[in-house]
Formats: sequence, C-alpha cells, structure tokens
Amino acid sequence: MKFDTAATTNPIDRLRIIGQPADRIDGRLKTTGTAPYAYERQDIPGDMAHAYVVVAGIAKGRIGAMTLEDAQAAPGVLAIVTAANAGELGQGKMNTARLLGGPHVEHYHQAIAVVVAESFEQAREAAQAIRVTWLPEEGNYDLAAARTAMGDAGQEDDTRVGDFEAGFASAPVQLDATYTTPDQTHAMMEPHATIAAWDGGSLTVWCSNQMVAWTRGDLALTLGLEKEKVRLVSPYVGGGFGGKLFLRADTVLAALAARATGRPVKLALPRPLIANNTTHRPATIQRIRIGAGRDGRIAAIAHESWSGNLKGGDPETAVDQTKLLYAGAHRLTGLRLAELDLPEGNSMRAPGEAPGMMALEIAMDEMAEKLGMDPVEFRILNDTQVDPADPSRPFSQRQLVECLRRGAERFGWSRRQARPGQVREGSWLVGFGMAAGFRNNLQTKSAARVRLDGDGGVIVETDMTDIGTGSYTILAQTAAEMMGVALDRVAVRLGDSDFPASAGSGGQWGANNSTAGVYAACVKLREAVAQALGFNASDAVFEDGEVRLGNRAVPLAEAGALSAEDRIEYGDLAKRYQQSTFAGHFVEVAVDAATGEVRVRRMLAVCAAGRILNPKTARSQVIGAMTMGVGAALMEELAVDTSRGFFVNHDLAGYEVPVHADIPHQEVIFLDETDPLSSPMKAKGVGELGLCGVGAAVANAVYNATGVRVRDYPVTLDKHLARLPAVA
Amino acid sequence: MPDPVPLDLCLQVNGAPRQLSLDPRTTLLDALRDHLHLTGSKKGCDHGQCGACTVLVNGRRINACLSLAVMHDGDAITTIEGLGTPDALHPMQAAFIRHDGYQCGYCTPGQICSSVAVLEEIAAGIPSHVTGDLTAEATFTAEEVRERMSGNICRCGAYSNILDAITEVAGA
Repeated sequence: MKFDTAATTNPIDRLRIIGQPADRIDGRLKTTGTAPYAYERQDIPGDMAHAYVVVAGIAKGRIGAMTLEDAQAAPGVLAIVTAANAGELGQGKMNTARLLGGPHVEHYHQAIAVVVAESFEQAREAAQAIRVTWLPEEGNYDLAAARTAMGDAGQEDDTRVGDFEAGFASAPVQLDATYTTPDQTHAMMEPHATIAAWDGGSLTVWCSNQMVAWTRGDLALTLGLEKEKVRLVSPYVGGGFGGKLFLRADTVLAALAARATGRPVKLALPRPLIANNTTHRPATIQRIRIGAGRDGRIAAIAHESWSGNLKGGDPETAVDQTKLLYAGAHRLTGLRLAELDLPEGNSMRAPGEAPGMMALEIAMDEMAEKLGMDPVEFRILNDTQVDPADPSRPFSQRQLVECLRRGAERFGWSRRQARPGQVREGSWLVGFGMAAGFRNNLQTKSAARVRLDGDGGVIVETDMTDIGTGSYTILAQTAAEMMGVALDRVAVRLGDSDFPASAGSGGQWGANNSTAGVYAACVKLREAVAQALGFNASDAVFEDGEVRLGNRAVPLAEAGALSAEDRIEYGDLAKRYQQSTFAGHFVEVAVDAATGEVRVRRMLAVCAAGRILNPKTARSQVIGAMTMGVGAALMEELAVDTSRGFFVNHDLAGYEVPVHADIPHQEVIFLDETDPLSSPMKAKGVGELGLCGVGAAVANAVYNATGVRVRDYPVTLDKHLARLPAVA
Repeated sequence: MPDPVPLDLCLQVNGAPRQLSLDPRTTLLDALRDHLHLTGSKKGCDHGQCGACTVLVNGRRINACLSLAVMHDGDAITTIEGLGTPDALHPMQAAFIRHDGYQCGYCTPGQICSSVAVLEEIAAGIPSHVTGDLTAEATFTAEEVRERMSGNICRCGAYSNILDAITEVAGA
C-alpha cells in the first residue's frame, strides 16, 4: 500500500480497540518471568556450549603476542577464536569498528577473542588465562582539546538561511553561550546476548536486537554468507535505547564460536564490558548564539556542535532541531566532527535531539531572562507553523503552543518566581523550569502478514521488535480493529527474520510505521475475506467477529484460513509537510541549600504526537523518557580517561542512572490530535519525544531554584555548591 | 589448573526440593537460570548493581548473583515463577500489568520480588534509610517504598507506575 495522499476515514477511526488503554498482551509472560529473552531459550536442540569474551586492554595500538596455551589447556575448553583463526571477516554496513579486533586494536574493550567451554564458569576462568602483550599507540581521546584545535571556522556543509552574522550583530539582545553534554551509555537492563547454532551452512541466531533486517544483513556481510542463510530471532528485547540497533560483538562471536565447535553456543556481554565494547551517545560541545529584538522576536539563531567519533563514524546531530523549532530570519547550523579513538559513538534514544535540546532549551531560558520575558511566552512568541528554511513547507500538525499553554496552566506555572533563588522551604531552595520538546516523525516502509486461523482468530507476523515500547499490544489492537475481532483473539508473533520485514524499533518510528504495515496487510485480508464470503469489500463492516453488510452477517471464521501480506510505503508527504512531534516539559525541583543536592519534585509533559494508539503504553514511553531525562540532567556521564582513552565508570555502580528514589510522580497529558499526513493510523512517534527537552527543563528548574547557571551536564552538586545562596 | 570438584546440594525452590551437583563457582543466579531453567530471575549486571536477579531466600530478598549456590544448601528459594504463573497471577504481578509497571520486562521479575518483600519488611517493622523514627512502627509511604525499591533499577523508567502498583497491593 502506497501512502501518498492524506488519510481519509478508515476502520481505525472507529477507535473501539485502537486508542484504548489496553493492558499489554505480553504482560502475563513478562511479569511471571516466562517471556524468553535471548540467553534463556530452552528450545534449541543440541548440546549447548558457553562462550566468554576477551577484550582489549588498550584503546589504540596492536596486539604484540597472544598466548593461548594455558587457556586452551584449561578444563572444559572447546575452542578459542581470535582474528588469527576466525577466517576472513567482512564488515557490517552499520559498524564502524570491527567486532572482532586484532592484531590492530581500534578501541578499548574491543573484542579480541572468544573462549568456548562446556560451562560458563569454565569459559570465564579460561578467558582470564589468556596472556596478551600490548603495543599501545598514542591516540586522541579529548573532545575539548580537539574542539580547541578545530577553532570556530565554519564548514562547507553548514546550513545557512539569510545572513546570520549580520542578523546577530544588529540584534539588540544577544546570547552567545557554550554548553556541554557528556558521553552516555544506554545501560539497558538486558546485556547484549546471543545463542548461535549452525545447520550445515545455515546459521540461526537468537539475540536481543531492535532491527532484525539490518542486523541479519550485517551478520551475513560479516560472515560472508548469503542473507538467506541467516535467520535472526529476537522476540523479546530487554531494553535497547539504540544500543541494540546494530550487529554487535555478542552475535558475531557466538556465531564464530558455534562454527568452531560445531555446537550451539550462548554468549552474553558481561556488564562491565558493555560501555566500552558497544556503542554510546557521543559527548558534545555546543555553541548557541541567539539574537533578538527587544520585543523578544528572534532575528538570528546559530547552533554549532562539536563531537567526536572513530575514523569513519558520524557526528552527533545535535543541531537538527534548531533548523525547525523556532522562527528567525537568519540561521546557521553546523556539525563539527573530531576524530577520536574512544569507543564507537552511535545512536542512543533520540540521537541528535536529546543532547541538542539539552543545550538549546537552556539557551532559550537564558535568552528569555535577558529579555525579561517569561520562558513560556518567549517560546510561544517565536513559534513557527512552517519550516523556517522553506516557508512553503508547513508542519503537518504543530501544537507546540497548545502544549506549552496547557502545561503551564496544569502545572501552576504562574506561581513561578521569575527571579531565581527566591523560594525557600526550610533548607530547600525551590525552582520551576520548563522546556519545549521536539522530535521529528519518520516514515519508513514496513511489512506484515496477517492470517485468519479459520476459527475466528487472527495471527499477525512481522519482524517488528518490542523493546518495551508495546509493539505486541498496538499491533494486536490494529489487527483487532481492522478485522473486527476482540483483542484476545489476536496473536502477535514478532522478531523473526522469517517474517516480513518491518520498520523495526528505532527513531520513534516503530509504532506508526509497523501498525501501518499491519493496517495494509489487513486491508488486503479484508478484501480476501469479502471475496470468499461474497461481500463487497469496500462496503463490508468487520465487527464483533462478523462480516456484515445490510441485513447479512457472516462469522469471520467462515472465511477459512486466509492469509495476506502487504507493506506500507510512502510517497512525498514528508517532503511536502514537515512531520514532527511536540511537547511542553515542566519540572519542579528542590535544591538543598547546604549540600547542593537536587531532588526532582514534580514532572509534567504535555505531548502532541498524532493519534495515541494506546494511551497506557504511550504514557509509559513518555514517563520512561522523562526518567532518562532526569538521568541526563543530573547524573549520567561516562567519565573519559583522556590519557588512556576509555570510559572509566563502565558498570551500573559507576554509571549512575535514576532509581526509584530519584523519580517523583510523573504526569503526562496527550493533546487530542490526529495527523492524516503521517499514515493511515494518523499516529506519530512518542518514545523519544518524551526525552527531548526534559533535561533542560530540569536544569532550568535548578537554575530557578539557585540562581546558579550550570551549562555543563550533568548538573551535579559540585558545579553549583560553591555559588549557592548563603544558607539562611 | 584442575576443575573444582562438584558439590552436592539441595535447594527448596518454589516449594519443591531440587538436588544439584554444581561447580562451586556457580552463583545462585546461574544455578537457577542455567541448571534449573528458571530464567525468570534475570542477569542484568552479575555484580549486585541492578537488582534484576532479586529472589527471596528464607523469606528475605537477596541479589542471587552475589551469592554462590553452595551457600544455600537447604535454603528455601522463592523466584518469580514461584509467586505466580500466567494463569494464576500473584496480586503484585496483576497490579504491575494493570498499572503498566514495566516496559521491556527484563527488570520486572526482580522488581516484583522486591515489591512483595518490601511490603513484608514494612509490615515487620524493619526500618529503612528514610524511616524517621526508628522506634515507631514503620508505615507505608511513597518515600519509604521508593527508598526500599531503589536497589532495583528500571532503565525503561517505569518507577512512577511501579509505585502505583505497589500502593494498590498494599491497600494504602
């Protein structure tokens, strides 16, 4: 199904099942511990062997010698695979560094060997017995030093509208400030894990991956196989946040280990290796300049971001939202990429916008203060309903102003004291902060197969993944709505490369595209049903387990075991209309006047993100993102050892993420919105929107409480303690 | 080095005796997951940092990854599988579903085991870091629950909903 004109009324609009806050259909499995995650499969034939990964102890250089004899002689050891005996390996399209290093080492904790043994304990013990002589080389690990060396010169690929320099110079009110965001790690709860088994020349991997088709393709490329020889199964994913978008070392090493031993092999990355072995969100240094008239209208806005990556890697696209979020005639955005020898930087939840909004939305707060304006009103004044670079391109829907107004009213924003550091409750300094939220909606083709079981039940099959987002449930709701059956009559099977290729889970594109793919398959199936039962497909009503037209009603079961497959694909609607999602984030914090400790007291997000397919699971996406935003604002930072080139705090004790005690009750309001330009579902993404801006709302609330502006995330107490108001 | 000699032990798991002969390096968590195929208890960090492996041992919650199986000969272990099943949910499991107190599901068994234990700890008058008066009866408050649950990380960020689920079960 090609979606190239605005959606009109369709069966989804009935909202009997779609749009309802249904409990997750996989909830009984997840809450009873019976949902099988990758490492836990018991249904794999053969004598399972266990593998343990060995990693590089230097950031850059070479392996001088690797002594394997002790490990090979250790009890239970079946094989040791290194780059020297693995055979020729290719490189996945999505990978920058090789997943099995050696003799050349590209980053710290790069995998250099895998030990296979009869038991986990034996493999782990033997892995410790491998002796490596390192030949380290000098590397570049310091983004701040690289940024200084690069200077402020623009680049050819900068995006310019109007004349930023002239517009900024003539603006009576100016801000020129630099913000930093640190490297962050996804820290999903389930480590990367794979079981691999070969059957002749065919390979099956049971793993934890967000993008089945991408990763199947990259695994085939890496191993030099035809894609058809690889099956990838990933029905339950214990969190991803972008860290499981790609083929990673666990899957390659498990496959190599299984090939070397002729047995199925299971391997999980140990937690302390994940931060350096896998990908992370790169740190940024962001310079923002805003020039405005005394009336508060932005005349000129510039956003430049410096980030680093391995050679061949990409920059963190932290300036993208600044092209679209606020009006202003003169604009400049640019990305500066430094070559660093730290581990590979790549996507983490809302790549680009998450760190970009952390900086931009503090800058907007600072600018509002300079103008003597309320930060909500300043943003509303500079709203734009069109792409500022191309006014002929309107937004498909843009309710940012409504998000801000509704949020301000609900939160009691009028009680905010504009002058910071004024509100005390005992030993606490209290502050309010807000920020806009912004994240684009992406259209991506997505396929599905929908079958009737002949007994009134419906089966959905697609390689879509559910990484906690609720895919199982919203796909079931879509099929139930379309085929007119109860939700419990739909079975959903996901995460298997034998099923039609979906959009996958990433970039908050999963929900809208994968449900639209199921919608397309259901439209086809309805036609087949209508034909089988002698109905006119366009007029037949599918409801309550029946197909009806006029006085005639036939049970769906009588159509027999029919099947239909289709995919949604898109025309140029995203070119003609800017499709984005919007939010207003509001936060109250209290800062201990003596210790500087920050406590988040209240959080509110008002979101406009098209049709909300399931308000219960969508709300969970948003509160989860708000929680991650608190982490980004107040605690999350991979600390870089700039002399040895690695992330020091590489486990869940050193890398702090929010826990129960850090998070207050969170409120989420979804504005009533449908977007007929997004898909037949009229939905958009929401899972990343909730993260974009919330960190700045927290930081702005801390400033409002203390009067001390911290521009370097995370806002830890050491950064404002010495400058706090005197303890009363 | 030679392989360690396996040790025999018996765990009372979810009410049933389970005889095992294990490499003494085997953690209680790996005994449950890899040897008894009770994979509801999760391995998130294997270092006592995340709480995904929380089980009840003789009625008290522990991180199963931080304990060797051979230290538990004769102990009564309750895992998530012992609290309830998909067809016969424990009230806490049902409350987690109603309040959507989970997303990816990986920390969920540990959260639920901890939740059940937290209510028992409060009922037993065991104080926590935020208990103001150590001589008074411990009470069910949001602050108490958040503090006591803070050893169970949920990266998906379902905390606000988990608190709602626990509050419902507590009848508070």
